[in-house]
Amino acid sequence: MLNTIYQLVRPRQFEVAFEDIALDKEHILVRPTHLSICNADQRYYQGKRSEDILRQKLPMALIHEGIGKVVYDPTGEFQVGERVVLIPNTPCGEDSVIGENYLRSSKFRGSSMNGLMQEYVQTVGDRMVRVPEGLNDLVAAFTEMVTVCYGAVSRFGRTAHARREAIGVWGDGNMGYITALLLKYRFPESKVYVFGVTESKLSDFSFADGTYLVSAIPKELKIDHAFECVGGNAAGQVINQIIDLIQPEGTIGILGVSEDPVPINTRMILEKGLRVIGTSRSGREEFLGVLQLYTQQPRVPEYLEKLIGGAIRINEIKDMEAAFEMDIHKIMGKTILIWD
Amino acid sequence: MSNVYGVVLAGGIGSRMGNVEKPKQFLELGGKPIIIHTIEKFVIHPGVDEVLVLSPKAWVSYTQDIIRKFIPDTKRIQVLAGGATRNETIMNAVRYIEEKGALDDETIIVTHDSVRPFLTHRILEENIQAARRYGACDTVIPATDTIVESRDSAQITNIPNRKFMYQGQTPQSFRAKQLKLLYEELDGEEKEILTDACKIMVLKGVHVHLVRGEVSNIKITYPYDITVAKALLGMDLEEK
Repeated sequence: MLNTIYQLVRPRQFEVAFEDIALDKEHILVRPTHLSICNADQRYYQGKRSEDILRQKLPMALIHEGIGKVVYDPTGEFQVGERVVLIPNTPCGEDSVIGENYLRSSKFRGSSMNGLMQEYVQTVGDRMVRVPEGLNDLVAAFTEMVTVCYGAVSRFGRTAHARREAIGVWGDGNMGYITALLLKYRFPESKVYVFGVTESKLSDFSFADGTYLVSAIPKELKIDHAFECVGGNAAGQVINQIIDLIQPEGTIGILGVSEDPVPINTRMILEKGLRVIGTSRSGREEFLGVLQLYTQQPRVPEYLEKLIGGAIRINEIKDMEAAFEMDIHKIMGKTILIWD
Repeated sequence: MSNVYGVVLAGGIGSRMGNVEKPKQFLELGGKPIIIHTIEKFVIHPGVDEVLVLSPKAWVSYTQDIIRKFIPDTKRIQVLAGGATRNETIMNAVRYIEEKGALDDETIIVTHDSVRPFLTHRILEENIQAARRYGACDTVIPATDTIVESRDSAQITNIPNRKFMYQGQTPQSFRAKQLKLLYEELDGEEKEILTDACKIMVLKGVHVHLVRGEVSNIKITYPYDITVAKALLGMDLEEK
């Protein structure tokens, strides 16, 4: 069958391409229904990756956050019409120690293989998880982003020392919002403080125990552990501020992606005996965890609904470009493509 | 009871295709016969209950063989012999539905050229919806070239405003029972002239809704089209 793929061929230009899909007895076909734009997609769309990377990766279909409906399942594991979240990480091997999302051999949709901007996505049962009944489609669409934060919080839970009175989250964007929210539900005894640069955005963190502008942090504030959810050019400044503020032997979780290497105060990391843990992407375990959390704590998806910045119906290529352009100019929130 | 039938029209013998031994729908594209790509689009669409493939009589067994070879689950596919004309072929499909006792007012047929393998899920979905809602629909794209009318092949008789011109593609979808009744009302000569099923509907005053097609939903008719199809698939054009 000739599957239609909407590829980014060069920055700001999508084109249609076709690829043959063989119907066999193992692969399931999913029709994408709701897709969510991530900053990583924007870096390709706006041409913010290096020329070498763009040359190597394009043309490629973008987007790794999304849900769809099962249209064809020869394995009988799923019913036709069932709503599923697609797992973009695609392992090519197994390792008893290293997680599937950290294996260098793994592929990832919208980065090392075509993303979800396709007519049908061909996958296997292991790479999809049922969406719980009643969960808002638009929230379900960005589950993948939540799984990344969930993975960071889980790693933190496994490695950080037991004094967790105050946890700081740097970043007043989507990732900061999700990480702070998950921390609040995972460690209800801890105080969660959020640090950012925009007062109006910080006021959205109603569930946090306190929010502060990075330029006006009270001197007496003590932080046991911290998460960096900023990335980009500001990442260095943020990580260094965390290093200054954090208590000795604290754990710093880094989630923000930076295009260039970031200089950080390693002397103080040594002096304070800090732990720095990076988190990127996620695997099946995190997807199962997040969807279970949505069912057990319905307030979590309710809070996440506030992140829906816009939903755009996509009928043709010019709608795709309009959605990406709109997403660039949003202050906060996720742009969801309703994939017709 | 199933009530949406995909009707894949492979009745033609490809007389326009040049020096090839097989009807054009059996030519290979990306390692598979063109008709298989087309049938697959119908088979995996959840809105289609059964797929009827209308093949030239001499090619029925061959069609069945390649379907078995390439498609793992053939339960919902039925190969039937086509008729002498396009409309007769469609009527063979309707008769099949009638004979199994499944033809009612709600029965929809989505008729599609077997040589248009670039059909998309959206076009199919919108056809089913439009046929349910309006009774009939045709898939079109806005005309890009100016259409020139000439009654004598020598001089222009008319140049219609391009804004109102569209190029017809397929699918064309209908309430099957209504189409059959209208077709049966035609006399022999009308049946000869009315080669397009939508035209029958229009002449009988039935509202035929437009569904937006795609430029890529090409019909593989001439050798040139195979080259275009290969290019759309990103294939090496020298590849056989």
